[in-house]
Amino acid sequence: MTQVSMTVNGKQASGDVEGRTLLVQFLRDAQGLTGSHVGCDTSQCGACVVHVDGQAVKACTMLALEAEGAQVSTIEGQANADGSLNVIQQAFQDHHGLQCGFCTPGMVMSAAALLKDNPKPTEADVRDYLEGNICRCTGYHNIVKAILAASGQDVSAIAAE
Amino acid sequence: MYNFDFVRPTTVDEAVKALGDEEAQALGGGQTLIPTLKQRLASPSKLVSLTGIADMQGVSKSGDSVVIGGGTTHRVVAEEAAGAYPGLAALAGRIGDPAVRNRGTIGGSLANNDPSACYPAAALGSGATIVTNTREIAADDYFQGMFTTALEEGEIITEVRFPIPKKSHYAKIAQPASRFPLVAVFVAQYSDGVRVAVTGASNNGVFRWSEAEAALSDNFATDALDGLTLPSDDMIGDLHGTAQYRAHLVGVMTKRAVAAAS
Ligand SMILES: Cc1cc2nc3c(=O)[nH]c(=O)nc-3n(C[C@H](O)[C@H](O)[C@H](O)COP(=O)(O)OP(=O)(O)OC[C@H]3O[C@@H](n4cnc5c(N)ncnc54)[C@H](O)[C@@H]3O)c2cc1C
Ligand code: FES
Ligand code: FES
Repeated sequence: MTQVSMTVNGKQASGDVEGRTLLVQFLRDAQGLTGSHVGCDTSQCGACVVHVDGQAVKACTMLALEAEGAQVSTIEGQANADGSLNVIQQAFQDHHGLQCGFCTPGMVMSAAALLKDNPKPTEADVRDYLEGNICRCTGYHNIVKAILAASGQDVSAIAAE
Repeated sequence: MYNFDFVRPTTVDEAVKALGDEEAQALGGGQTLIPTLKQRLASPSKLVSLTGIADMQGVSKSGDSVVIGGGTTHRVVAEEAAGAYPGLAALAGRIGDPAVRNRGTIGGSLANNDPSACYPAAALGSGATIVTNTREIAADDYFQGMFTTALEEGEIITEVRFPIPKKSHYAKIAQPASRFPLVAVFVAQYSDGVRVAVTGASNNGVFRWSEAEAALSDNFATDALDGLTLPSDDMIGDLHGTAQYRAHLVGVMTKRAVAAAS
């Protein structure tokens, strides 16, 4: 076992891990942050997306020890300080961007990474950015709409499908 | 996944030393190796992470070439090579998805030499030089069949040098489930001729299509390719496409790459 330390959602997090411990296992099992989901465990679905030093990564495809000293953000750290939903989360609720919710943590984290780099994305930009996030329920339409709305763009002309 | 020891050296020398242990293996971005370990298709006793080696990071220009550190992520290449070599940057920016591009590295992609990977097409199509801790290897000598390269045990790709072409483009048809190319073609026009490298198509991995190179070197236009076809004998045939379909796609993608080259 090796000691690993990182900052998770602004708080110091450390623990003993094996070489093979995945970042998502450290977050879920050691830190109790079960919002990052494991949908596939084969790097395909994006349900496990978190930010490491500001960049979206699949936490099922990164070793916990690789995050030594890093700043990690997960879905648990996304709400506003008063506990209310942040603008992306609220937009997902308003535009029905989720059904079962399993993919949602990864979708929200990918959306946050996109909007940080590209604050006013086009619909094509959003769809392209979500290439690695799979949703089995919504058909993506309302997820894309929610992200466009979260970017402050008018989505009233986009029909609910 | 079987357990392993993990080390994260900060210099190439330390990494080479750590890789001297029997059953030690390099870890780049892990975007291929971690899934492989999960399937127990590899079981190293020690992983030597290359992500902490500052000397292996980044994109720079040197004379007529773009030089990319072996540990540079696809995302950084997409952003930082865009000015000097837009065809290469665009290729890097379409590998997998954003999260894969934030971790996956050029060294890992070239070391792995997946028969459907993108970077091998750019390296072979540019006549790049693969630089390791011990030597320089021309792309024409480096790729030796699917998942096979000239690398020796424990050898590390420290940088890759790409001569900058006059024009280039990478035309890719993605296989939607894996997001790897079903077939993709990299075309680059240099003052001394055109190079055409094909990935995703052949059972022997990435290859140069020499008839197309000759035709395009005479006349860099899509109609120079009219009537040129590739035999399907050595092409990959699987549930995503037959060998004949892939052979046909090579012609289509080469034309698209020429038409879009800039
Ligand atoms: C969902 C998904 C989609 C993808 N889509 C594409 C795609 O469209 N096109 C594409 O080309 N690839 C694709 N990939 C693969 C991706 O590009 C990988 O990043 C790449 O193949 C391996 O790079 P890595 O840095 O992650 O290497 P790793 O997985 O860490 O290592 C791969 C191999 O290379 C060795 N290695 C790593 N770095 C070095 C080095 N510097 N020197 C010597 N040996 C080294 C390792 O020992 C290992 O054997 C995809 C992957 C995923 C998960
Ligand atoms: S659980 Fe990580 S990509 Fe699916
Ligand atoms: S809401 Fe169910 S998987 Fe996306």
